Amino acid sequence: MTVHGQAEALRVEDVHKAFGKLEVLRGIDLVLAEHEVVCLIGASGSGKSTLLRCVNLLEPIDAGRIVVGGEEITSRGVDVNRIRRGIGIVFQSFNLFPHMTVRENVTLAPRKARGLSRGAADAEATRLLERFGLADKRDEYPDRLSGGQQQRVAIVRALAMEPRLLLLDEITSALDPELVAEVLDVIRELAAGGMTMLIATHEMGFARDVAHRVCFLDAGRILEDGPPEQLFEAPREERTRQFLQRIVAAGRL
Amino acid sequence: MVARSPGWPAFKAYFFNWTYYKDSFPEILDAFWVNVKLFCIAEVIILPAALLLAVLRSLPGPVFFPIRALAIVYADLFRGIPTILVIFMLGFGMPALGLEWIPDSQFFWAVVALVLVYTAYVSEVYRAGIESVHPSQAAAARSLGLTHAQALRNVVLPQAVRRVIPPLLNDFIGLQKDTALVGALGVVEAFRQSQIDQAATFNGTYYLVAATLFVAITIPLARFTDWLVARDRRRQQAGRLA
Repeated sequence: MTVHGQAEALRVEDVHKAFGKLEVLRGIDLVLAEHEVVCLIGASGSGKSTLLRCVNLLEPIDAGRIVVGGEEITSRGVDVNRIRRGIGIVFQSFNLFPHMTVRENVTLAPRKARGLSRGAADAEATRLLERFGLADKRDEYPDRLSGGQQQRVAIVRALAMEPRLLLLDEITSALDPELVAEVLDVIRELAAGGMTMLIATHEMGFARDVAHRVCFLDAGRILEDGPPEQLFEAPREERTRQFLQRIVAAGRL
Repeated sequence: MVARSPGWPAFKAYFFNWTYYKDSFPEILDAFWVNVKLFCIAEVIILPAALLLAVLRSLPGPVFFPIRALAIVYADLFRGIPTILVIFMLGFGMPALGLEWIPDSQFFWAVVALVLVYTAYVSEVYRAGIESVHPSQAAAARSLGLTHAQALRNVVLPQAVRRVIPPLLNDFIGLQKDTALVGALGVVEAFRQSQIDQAATFNGTYYLVAATLFVAITIPLARFTDWLVARDRRRQQAGRLA
């Protein structure tokens, strides 16, 4: 299957997810082409994070289906570990392993899940850490790094698995304002390199800058989906307009 | 106040007789090696066995319900029965069965009893440690494609065990002291030896000798653990106020 002449990377079809009585996702449909960068925006609680966690199979869905690279990953009997190896996710709170050095954080999954030798995993980690300006932090523990450095390590840790799809869950929300830029620069570089990414974010300027498409989530549905110029300059939906006005009022656009 | 109490001179004569202390020390020290052997052998079995039990209790899903249930019953049972009863029942009961393939050494059954009781305690300590590791750590490991077992082994357990080192030491000290209960089986360990000496002279200084020996082991061990924990903390968080 193709989208805009590109191979399809991700297809989300009518996905529903509830936590108890709380319906968080109420019929999500979304398609990403290879090399496409899509930003999810919307208020807290609109379902952005849950959608990302569902795509990475960290949360089971109640209904619908999710297809990654042509394979339905939500069907029964699928090897979730194999699927997750191909999908990277970076969390708002970094979730680095505090008892391991940066290098150990980055090489753990390649060694255990991809079966690389220690030498090969180390070489790969060194290459990635150098690329993102973290080579001198290789032997530090996460708690000794700044928030921005920790988040960049978390991105490198996800990249070390060579994912076909990268999910970013509000990765700058826990950072001091002056540290946001260094993390967003990494994402820009990845976008320029053709990485397929689905990004939940509150950084509207960044979304406008890096995304091919922006989706506005409201109460568990994608209410509006379009190129950033259209969605930010001339939103069709009243709810989108209200949301953007609140963002402008808060000085975040 | 104690020194001015009416019974003090008699108390002093009974417990603080330097000649008895000196003379009995080598003999009670000899017996104390039985305690040392008891708690060393037991601890070497308890630490991995309790960890295994804690992991079994943490297995997810309905498939593992029978295993979880068995682990819970075991922990409840052996934390509930007084240690001295377990030692008595095994130490006198098992050899009395008269079965050839069952060892009749009371030292052996004393170790088994201590292992059974303390494995139950220590597994609860491990379990508290496992539950104290935030679920986002396991989620991060699983999101990278690690299996449940790999995430547990590489991410959750190393953090859990580091956090519970002080309470593990606490239980180890408890175990060391409880080796004195084994004397009730007739195994001549430090407390039993001091009872024998006391019966010969009607002087209680021998108990003080035994007490000295126990404390001589536990205090250095406590300081060593403090040092271990502090070193680990320093390594992970340089420049921070701990």
